[in-house]
Amino acid sequence: MAETLTATNGEVALTAKDFATDQEIRWCPGCGDYSILKQVHTILPQLGLKQEDIVFISGIGCSSRFPYYTETFGMHSIHGRATAVASGLKAARPELSVWIVTGDGDGLSIGGNHTIHLLRRNFDVNILLFNNEIYGLTKGQYSPTSPENKVAKSTPFGSIDHPFNPIALALGADATFVARSMDRDPAHLQNMLLRSYKHAGSSFLEIYQNCNIFNDMAFESYTEKSTKKDEALFMVQGQPLVFGANNEKGIKLDGFKPVIVNLEEGASKDDLWIHDEHDMVKANIISRFFDHVDVEGHLPRPFGVFYQTSRPTYEAMMAEQINEVIKAKGEGKLDKLIAGGETWVIE
Amino acid sequence: MALETTTHDLEEAVIKFAGDSGDGMQLTGTQFTTNSALFGNDLGTFPDFPAEIRAPIGTVAGVSGFQLHFGSKEIFTPGDICDVLVVMNSAALKSNIRNIKKGGIIIANTAGFDAKNLKLANMTSNALEDDSLSNYTVIKIDVTRMTREALTDIQLGMKEKDRCKNMFVLGFLYWMFNREMDNTIKFLNDKFGKKPEVLEANLRVLKAGYSYGDTTEQFTTRYKVEKAVMPAGTYRSIMGNQATALGLVAASKKSGLPLFLGSYPITPASDILHDLAKYKSFRVKTFQAEDEIAAITSAIGAAFGGSLAVTTTSGPGMALKTEALGLATVLEIPLVIINVQRGGPSTGLPTKTEQADLFQAYYGRNGECPIPIVAAQSPSDCFNAVYEACRISVQHMIPVILLTDGYIANGAEPWRFPKESELEEIKIEFAKPMAEGEKFMPYARDEKLSRPWAIPGTKGLEHRIGGLEKQNITGNISYEPENHEFMVKLREEKVERIANYIPEQKIDSGPAKGKLLVLGWGGTFGAIKAAVKDLNEEGFDIAHAHLRHMRPFPKNLGEILNNYDKVLIPEINNGQLVKIIRDKYFIDAMAYNKIQGLPFFKSELMDKIREILK
Ligand code: SF4
Repeated sequence: MAETLTATNGEVALTAKDFATDQEIRWCPGCGDYSILKQVHTILPQLGLKQEDIVFISGIGCSSRFPYYTETFGMHSIHGRATAVASGLKAARPELSVWIVTGDGDGLSIGGNHTIHLLRRNFDVNILLFNNEIYGLTKGQYSPTSPENKVAKSTPFGSIDHPFNPIALALGADATFVARSMDRDPAHLQNMLLRSYKHAGSSFLEIYQNCNIFNDMAFESYTEKSTKKDEALFMVQGQPLVFGANNEKGIKLDGFKPVIVNLEEGASKDDLWIHDEHDMVKANIISRFFDHVDVEGHLPRPFGVFYQTSRPTYEAMMAEQINEVIKAKGEGKLDKLIAGGETWVIE
Repeated sequence: MALETTTHDLEEAVIKFAGDSGDGMQLTGTQFTTNSALFGNDLGTFPDFPAEIRAPIGTVAGVSGFQLHFGSKEIFTPGDICDVLVVMNSAALKSNIRNIKKGGIIIANTAGFDAKNLKLANMTSNALEDDSLSNYTVIKIDVTRMTREALTDIQLGMKEKDRCKNMFVLGFLYWMFNREMDNTIKFLNDKFGKKPEVLEANLRVLKAGYSYGDTTEQFTTRYKVEKAVMPAGTYRSIMGNQATALGLVAASKKSGLPLFLGSYPITPASDILHDLAKYKSFRVKTFQAEDEIAAITSAIGAAFGGSLAVTTTSGPGMALKTEALGLATVLEIPLVIINVQRGGPSTGLPTKTEQADLFQAYYGRNGECPIPIVAAQSPSDCFNAVYEACRISVQHMIPVILLTDGYIANGAEPWRFPKESELEEIKIEFAKPMAEGEKFMPYARDEKLSRPWAIPGTKGLEHRIGGLEKQNITGNISYEPENHEFMVKLREEKVERIANYIPEQKIDSGPAKGKLLVLGWGGTFGAIKAAVKDLNEEGFDIAHAHLRHMRPFPKNLGEILNNYDKVLIPEINNGQLVKIIRDKYFIDAMAYNKIQGLPFFKSELMDKIREILK
């Protein structure tokens, strides 16, 4: 459920147009990045923030061009390090709204280390991880999220790498907000962006993004009309997990094992798994709905919020420690600090 | 009754305390140091830690040492070789025997020379019993037994009693050098006030050590090192890393910028992180990052947000930071990178010193990537050096590398510290908000060629920066061939122009023109200073200049170099500054190098200089 926020800064309300820059956009025509940019520009005016209080930080890759196209403060940093740059900025300036734009190569391969550490620390930032399961900017090598056997430029005989499951990885790193959306479902994506923003703590939003040049249709089962209803499972808080053309299929927990049941063939809605995004055990199970569509009896791919919990943010605790010390000892006196413990006088 | 003793006056003395890691040698050394400082000696110290944290007891690998050089004259180094060597066991003697003057005094704990200890030290015969130490005066004391005897009626376990034996040695040395013991008595009271038994034991053993000298007839010679003539003022003892941390806090205060440190633990730099983590009442934010790269990039984020941003590391960590150094260079944001150098390459010699990262600081990045470099020359000088690095960085909107090294980082000296009011203000101004309709130009420049520091939260200054090549003024991405060349030259010129804002090079000692100039940088200052001074007194026509600014060099450096027939550049590396100087000034500068993880000895430098002038 998307909540529309009104501008609270007392100025003329901003529109999506205000967030466009004068820079020519350099993504390939048809790239999924366009839709994500549009949805971000659509929700930004709803946040009630001033433009100057927003910062977008990216690493390297196609998605990381994002800051150039968004009229806020921004930094296009170096490969894999957007998360670390953002951590320093947020620690120094907790009042800013900090967004990280990264990709499957940037955020999970070269920058995987920083991603997991940011999540455990729980800085209040929003990570938008554009997952296209391929290296686009370097022209088509397999990525850490490419499925096994992927034939790409660097894997002419198919990839032998086992892919990351980004959602399970984020949960494993104790992220406090973990969600998935897709470029081709604007309403859902906007909703997830707003939820990410509203979460106080690190928000990890994986966005399936089509790279129509090097990995076209990687997510077609979830995005195309003909298959979406059967293959994409939209999680709604407090509601049973249902999918299919007429929502006739559901997920039931058989012990800890999720099974697909058919409501039209005698299964009862009362027996279905009720989605609870605050339940870590369930989040861990549903994050593992990750089998390939070709696998016999595979489970649908979930979209929405897998997990959300609240834990103090790093920057808040950092500020609190400082305030507590000052409360106990008073503001530091430089002369006293420099003099240290023992001094002597030479006449 | 004590025998008549004679007291010799010494101008200076070097004592080294060496023993097993568990023998408390660092504490003993620090106590004698504090005592000497309070008495009014000038001094320099250097700890010598084992490379392993918990090496096997009694082995050479486990020897921990502390060297103290004190005098009634000006002291510039912890001393070449020692006059008095205290060894608590065989391994300590074995690893320090090269380090003692002919005719020097060895004070040995005989309990550390039993069969077991000799074997642990891989010594085939007991040096205390054979004649291998005939060139030295050997004072044999069974410190362990004397300590236990002094504590017979004290209710403590044997292990705890034995732990007091360093106090016996300290007491004995206090006697030997005619010292009061007040500072140590006070120290023990503060430290063990809550454990009266332990306090009593330590005090008793300390006094036992003193009286042992007094009452044992075998010792007839005592020494006296008078007060030094030092500039009037209030002093404290300071180590290099401590001074660096203090300098950062001072720069934060005097610039009004909040201090942010992104750091990853690494020897020998970690103490800067430890110290700054304590200074929360100065609103210092320390972030122990997940790795060296996150340490510097988090600092870049903080700098973008308007902090005085710093990252601290040593060689291997510096290598990991290089890509981010390039980013900071293209972003043209302030950032202070501190490299406490150690022996390399790779993991190298983590606990030993070296000056071999100068090339890395100069050239170690992809692309044309000039970065200003400042070097610290002594423990207390780290304060001034880091303060200067911060000033250049924030006033010129540029990353600055500060080079210190393990030798000055862990060495200590007396410091006539400055008052806050004496420190020069570091003036900076953030870019001001823009009115509606005005367009902000993030890469517009002032006369220093520095661009505005436009921090998030400032109305109208929204802009995007990044690692792609920039167009001047607008800061837009540009792949234009001419623009790239222009920007490369501009970034170089921006560094060069810093020379207009730094002091001219001075001659530290010796004549303004002459036969030889010894040009140094960094932690070799003390040894060069001492060597040149002594040779000047011997009548040699030589001078010493020491560089603070390594890039750009002071404007008058070329002129100075030409005022001498010869230029000698001693370095603890395989010849780095010397190559840069030859390249820049086309002079036939001579190299003198030592690459042993050890500082120069004054005597080595004096020999080399004499040889050149022969
Ligand atoms: S290469 Fe792929 S991801 Fe990159 S811009 Fe083109 S379509 Fe988009």
